[in-house]
Amino acid sequence: MMVEAVNVRKSFGDVEVLKGIDLTVAAGEVVSLLGPSGSGKSTFLRCINHLERIDCGEISVNGELVGYRRHGGRKYELRPRETAAARRHVGMVFQRFNLFPHRTAVENVMEAPVFVKRETRAAARSQALALLDRVGLADKAAAYPAQLSGGQQQRVAIARALAMRPTLMLFDEPTSALDPELVGEVLEVMKDLAADGMTMIVVTHEIGFAREVCQRVVFMDAGAVVEAGPPAQVLSNPTHARTRTFLQKVL
Amino acid sequence: MSTADEPIVRLRHPGRWVAAAAIVFLLAVFVHFVATAPKLRLDLVAGYLFEKSILLGLVKTLQLTVIAMLVGVVLGTILAVMRLSENPVLRSVAGGYVWLFRGTPILVQLLFWFFLGTVVPNISIGLPFGGPDLISWPTNTVITQFTAAILGLGLNEAAYMAEIVRAGIGSVDSGQREAAEALSMSPWITYRRVILPQAARLIVPPTANQTISMLKLTSLVLVIGLPELTTTAQLIYGRNFQQIPLLIVASLWYLVLTTILTVVQNRLENRMSRGVLR
Repeated sequence: MMVEAVNVRKSFGDVEVLKGIDLTVAAGEVVSLLGPSGSGKSTFLRCINHLERIDCGEISVNGELVGYRRHGGRKYELRPRETAAARRHVGMVFQRFNLFPHRTAVENVMEAPVFVKRETRAAARSQALALLDRVGLADKAAAYPAQLSGGQQQRVAIARALAMRPTLMLFDEPTSALDPELVGEVLEVMKDLAADGMTMIVVTHEIGFAREVCQRVVFMDAGAVVEAGPPAQVLSNPTHARTRTFLQKVL
Repeated sequence: MSTADEPIVRLRHPGRWVAAAAIVFLLAVFVHFVATAPKLRLDLVAGYLFEKSILLGLVKTLQLTVIAMLVGVVLGTILAVMRLSENPVLRSVAGGYVWLFRGTPILVQLLFWFFLGTVVPNISIGLPFGGPDLISWPTNTVITQFTAAILGLGLNEAAYMAEIVRAGIGSVDSGQREAAEALSMSPWITYRRVILPQAARLIVPPTANQTISMLKLTSLVLVIGLPELTTTAQLIYGRNFQQIPLLIVASLWYLVLTTILTVVQNRLENRMSRGVLR
C-alpha cells in the first residue's frame, strides 16, 4: 500500500476536525477527496505529509510512519530535520501555488534538488527545464512568478514538486484559486500525470475531473468519511443522503 | 466644421506659477543674504572642511556608526529570533530587553555605561553568586569613552533592530514555509533560502534608515567627551568663537555621508526586489 491511514484524529483547540479517518491508497491509484468546506479533507491531506500533527492514529507512506518513529510500543515524534528527510517521496501542490516569488520559474524547480538532494546546478537545471517543458512552460523558464498567470504558476508548482521525484503527489484544491478559463490547463497536466501512473490524492471541487480521472472518490463530511467507491457509484448513485445533497449543490 | 472637431483647452494653473515664483524669490533673498553676510565667514568653512582634527573626528564618527550598527544588527537579529521562538522564557527575555532599551533615553544609557565604574569598581570573571573571582579588571580601564559609546549606541540600536527584523520575518507568507517544508527542506535551509531573502527586502529600507539616524545619533557621545565630528567642531569653536562656520563644516560632512548611504540603500533595494512587479 502506498498510503495507509488508520483512525486518524485531529483537533484544533476544542474542535475535532478529523474524527477517525481510515483510508488506504494503492500505488498508481488516483483518489479524490470531495466534501463541503470544513469537512476536514484539506486537513487530512496536510496530515499525510505531516504539515499538521495528528493527535491519534497513524499514517504511513510507502510502509513508513509519517512524522514518528515507532519504538518500544510508543510513537516518538521526529525532529524537524528527520521529518524533512521523510517527506522526500511526497510532493505537494497548494491552492495558492506558494511559488518562491524571489526566484524565476526554473529556479523554483531547481531549488529543492540543489539544496536538499545536493545535485549539481547543471543537472538540476536540465531536469528543471525538462519538467517545465512537460507542463508546457519551456518558454517561461526565466519568468518570475508575478509575471505568470495563475494557471501557469500552478503548473510551475507541479513541476517544482515533481523535481524531487516523488512517488506520491498531494493536491490541495489545485484549481480553486484560478480563473475559470485557466482551470483546464492545470487539470490537463494532472491528467497526464495520472496517465503516467503517478499515485495521486486530490482534494477538489472539480466533479468532472473526479469522474474522468479518479479510480476512487472519497466523500467526507464533518471530519469523517461518509462513503467511498468508484466515481460511477459515488457520483451517480450515492447511497448517503449527505452525499446526494452535496452533489446536488455542486453539479 | 462640426462641434466635435473643436480643440480641447486644458485647465490652466496660474496659482502654481505664482507659488513657484514666490519660492524662487525667497530662495534668492536667502542666498544673497548668506553670501554677503560679512560675519558669517564662509571662507572659514572651506579652511576647516579638511582640517586634521575635523577629519579625525569624522573617522571616529564613522567607526562609532559602523560598530554600533553591527552590534545592533547582530544582537537585534538574535533578539528577533528569540521573540519568535516557541520557548516562553526566550520570548519574554527578548521582550523585556526591547521594553527596557526602547523605554529609556539613549542619553541616559550613554551616561550610565560611562559612569558604571562609580558603582561597579571592578569587572571580573569568576563563579557567580558570590564565588571567588578568577580574573578581574578595574571598570574604568575596560569601559573607556569609546566602549561606553559603543555599548550605549549598540545596545540601544539592538532593541530597534529586533523589532525591524521581527516584522520582516513575520511578514513572509506562511505558505512559503509550508511549500519549503513540503519540498523536504530542513528548517535551516528553509530559513536561509526562502524566509530570509524575502524578509531582507522588507528589512533593508528601515535598516538603512536606522544607519542614517545612527550617523547623527553618534553626536550624542559629546556628553561623555568623545571627540567625534560634532564634538571636534564644538572644541574648535570653543577656542575661536566661529560657531556657525564650524557647525556648517560638520553638517556638510554629515550630508556627504548620508548621501553615500542613500545611494547604497537604493542599490541594495534594487537587488532585493527581484521578482517584485513595479
